[in-house]
Order: sequence, then C-alpha cells, then structure tokens
Amino acid sequence: MNAMVKAEGVHKSFGAAHILKGIDLEVAQGEVFCLIGPSGSGKSTFLRCINHLEKINAGRLYVDGELVGYRQKGDKLYELKDSEVARNRRDIGMVFQRFNLFPHMTALANVMEAPIQVKGESKASAKERAVKLLDRVGLADKAGNYPSQLSGGQQQRVAIARALAMEPKLMLFDEPTSALDPELVGDVLDVMRGLAEDGMTMIVVTHEMGFAREVGDALVFMDDGVVVESGHPREVLTNPRHDRTKSFLSKVL
Amino acid sequence: MTAAPEKTGPADAPPPGREPETIKAIPVRHYGRWVSAVVVLVLLGLLVNAFANAKVNYHAIPDYLFNSNVLTGLGKTVLISVLAMLLGLVLGIVLAVMRLSKNPVTSSVSWAYIWFFRGTPVYVQLLLWFNLALIFPEINLGFIYRDYTSSFMTPFMAALLGLGLNEAAYMSEIVRAGIQSVDEGQTEASHALGMSQGRTLRRIVLPQAMRVIVPPTGNEFINMLKTSSLAASAAQYLELLRSTSDIGQTTGATVEMLFLAATWYLILTSVFSVGQFYLERYYARGSLRSLPLTPWQKVRANLAMIGQRSKEGVRA
Repeated sequence: MNAMVKAEGVHKSFGAAHILKGIDLEVAQGEVFCLIGPSGSGKSTFLRCINHLEKINAGRLYVDGELVGYRQKGDKLYELKDSEVARNRRDIGMVFQRFNLFPHMTALANVMEAPIQVKGESKASAKERAVKLLDRVGLADKAGNYPSQLSGGQQQRVAIARALAMEPKLMLFDEPTSALDPELVGDVLDVMRGLAEDGMTMIVVTHEMGFAREVGDALVFMDDGVVVESGHPREVLTNPRHDRTKSFLSKVL
Repeated sequence: MTAAPEKTGPADAPPPGREPETIKAIPVRHYGRWVSAVVVLVLLGLLVNAFANAKVNYHAIPDYLFNSNVLTGLGKTVLISVLAMLLGLVLGIVLAVMRLSKNPVTSSVSWAYIWFFRGTPVYVQLLLWFNLALIFPEINLGFIYRDYTSSFMTPFMAALLGLGLNEAAYMSEIVRAGIQSVDEGQTEASHALGMSQGRTLRRIVLPQAMRVIVPPTGNEFINMLKTSSLAASAAQYLELLRSTSDIGQTTGATVEMLFLAATWYLILTSVFSVGQFYLERYYARGSLRSLPLTPWQKVRANLAMIGQRSKEGVRA
C-alpha cells in the first residue's frame, strides 16, 4: 500500500527546546493513525509539521510522496514559496483542539469560505456542498448560527465540515475532543468514525483510548520527542511492551 | 426587559401554573442622592442664568446657521475630514502590516514614520506642507507628474496631506492593536485551509480586528473633525471655523459666530457618533450572542413598556 505520510528522522526544536528527536513512521492510505502520549511529548508539534505550520529542523517528511515544505533538486533543498505551501495545504484538512472557527461568519459561511476563496468555486455550488456537509455532521439546522451560538461539540463538527469542504486526502485531528464537555465528545467521535468508514486517511492525536481501540488501524505512543512504541491499537493498549507505555496507560485508562 | 405577568409574547411567555409572589418592600431612602441632585441643579441653574444674562445676541446664531458661507465652510470641513481620515486609514493599514512584517526594513521604516508623525505637532506638519514650495520649487516624478510645487500644494492639498499623513501614524497603531488582538488560531486555521497570507488578512483577520479598531477610529474621526480647524490658519484652508469667524469679524458678532461654529461641530460629531454605533453593531455580529438594540428599537421597546405599564395602572 502507498504511504500517505512518511517521516524519516524528523527533528524539531523551538530555540533550545528539542521537541521532536527523530521521528520515523509511516501512515498508509485509508488508515486511521492514532498518536497518543503525555502532554509535551511532541505529538501536536509533529501533527503541525505535516501541514508545515511548523518547519522541521532535520529529517524528511513526505505527504503522498511529496516533500513537505521543500523541493529537492539533486542534493539541494529549496524552500517552497508561500503560495506553494498554501497549495499543498489544500489537500490536508486540519481540526484543532480549540475549533478555531471564524467567529464573524455563520456555520455555513465557515464551511463555504475556503472553497470559494481558495478553489474559486462558485457561491452556489459551494453552498450546496456546505449544506450537505453540515447535514453529514448532523448540523443542517444550525447553518445560520454563528459559532458563539453553538456548543463546543457543534463547533467542532462545523470545523470538521469546514475541513472536509476542501475535499482533502488527509485529515489531521489535534486533540479534537479535549476541549469538550464529556457528554459532547460522543457526537464528534461519531462523525470521525463515519469518516474512517468512508476510507479517509486520518491522523488523530487523542486521549480517547476507546476511539483509538475501536476505530484506529495503527497507534503510536510518543514520549519526550520519540516514538516509544507502535503497533495495532488493541495490541499496544492491552499489551504494552515498554514500561513507559505501561505507566502512561495505567494513568489514563 | 422584564416580562410583565400578562404579557403574551410567543417566546418569553411565562410558564403556566402558579405565579411566584412578587416582593413588595419599602425601598431604602437615599437622602444623599437628593441633596447632591439639588446642589448640581442649583449650580446648573446659575450657569444657565449667567449665559442668559451675558451680552450675547443669541438671535444671530440661527440667523447665520444656514448662511451660504457657513455651509460652504461646513462642507469643506466634512470633505477634508473624510478624505484625510480615508488617507489615514488606508496608509495606517499599510503601515501596520509593514510594522508587523518579518522584513526588518519595512518594519523599521514604519516605526520611523510613526515616530516622526506622532512626535511632531500636526500644526507644524500642516505649516511644513503648505510651505513646501520654499524648499522644493518643483515636483518632479519623472514622466508621471511634473509641476510647480506652489500650484500643486493648494490649501486643500496641504490640509489633506498634513492631516492625512499625521492621522496614518495614529491609525497604524490602532490597526496594529486590532490585528494583534485576533487569536493566532484564526490565522492557523486559515492557513491550514490553504488560504494565502493576504487572503487570511483580508477575509479572516481584519474583519475580526475591526471590533477593536472601530471604537478608537470613531474617536480619531471626531478628533479629525475638530483638528481640521487648524488647517485654516496653517494652510489657508477655508473650513467651518474660518468661515464663521470671518462673518464674526465683519458683523462684530465674534462670540456668537464661535457659538455657531461650536453648534455645527456638535451636530457633526453627534451625527457621526450615530454612524459609529451602527458600524460597531455590524462588526459585533458573531461575537455577541445578541446584538445591542438600535436606538430606534430601544425607543419602540420603551414605548411598548410604557403602554404595558399604563394598562397595568388602569387595571390596578
């Protein structure tokens, strides 16, 4: 199978803080790939490197066979122009922990914004698709609401619809349910489960072990900037091999 | 608005069933309030009395309120204020973006511009623009534009440049504060969707920054309306204050005409304050769960309430 994301020795530091210390992993097409680990372990940073919101300092990162943020000619690397980076990001949807919906636009306008502005889609067809997407995440009746009039769970589902509107080939989820009230988590996870069933490639940074076990195809436990353990979620979660994984899981499960 | 018991609105109708008994207590008497109110009213009365008995020919004010010279001056005041403000706003946005850019050259240039134009009196700047011909007799922009400075730098141009460029320095700081007030997650979300820097600024950041930008900009505009009177003496621009004081000098009604000018400035600032209210209301959409009532809506709501009360009174 074709690797959708491939990381080879990825390093990232912010000043003196060395966050990622050589990450190697592969995410296959259509796979639901879960990243777990304690806070500060670098999972969110790694996710943000995939769509070049953060620049990596060493190593190579590929999405769909293409280098992220750079172009290689011979043995030289050239930084991509802002417009080229933006073009690559079109195909990668991202869902944030704090939703980051555009507060000055209605739910519908949030979903329509990127297809119109970035892809130059007509208003009518963008609206038609946006309505369908909102329906898919169960919020057809909230199209006219502003984000401040929606609950956290509803906002996050709008955010997922907004990302899907660009018809991405890869979705990144950065702790999508961490900021939600417990009773609202289920709705968001249901939407994500539906996406997984449709064959979307997803990388999910999460603390929802139940979701990882049920929906995940692969799981990586990260700690202190390295991959400690990886494998099938059921295997890693029930039979962790490393002590660090064991102690982490004993605290969260 | 509190819902009266017999109100039968569709949304806020009280739930059926037993009504809780409303508390009827004797309110605390605030004697201090009565005393201070009387003191303030007496002082106000003395002030009004002083002005009523002053040697002011008040009839002159309405007589000249719509005098054609006054109206011309008024039009010029509005024109120069609006144009200078527009120039200040556009240039201010450019300067703010320059100031925030990663390019050290553009950000330093922007800093220096603000340092100079904010650091010198606008009156001095107006004089400098008006007297520019003394140091640059000719304006030469290659084949685009070439003219004698004295014929280019009319009172209007001097006033526009003097007021507008000065305003840009202040506006850029206001815009910068607005841009920086927008959560970084907004930019990230926009970038993650594949939107470019420019589009992110225009579609996502600036509309949200407007909420922070509009109130101080309204302040600036009201300041501008008044500051434009400096253009009269500095750049011979014949705006409202100049046209009224000219009348005052020929008719001898000096103070009356100053009152007249003050009246017009008050009318202008009042009208623009109303405009500002609606602008703020427009940019508040999405960030407030319910928009504040417009003055008209408030009037209607109050009338409705008064109507309700009088009905209650009849029934009681």
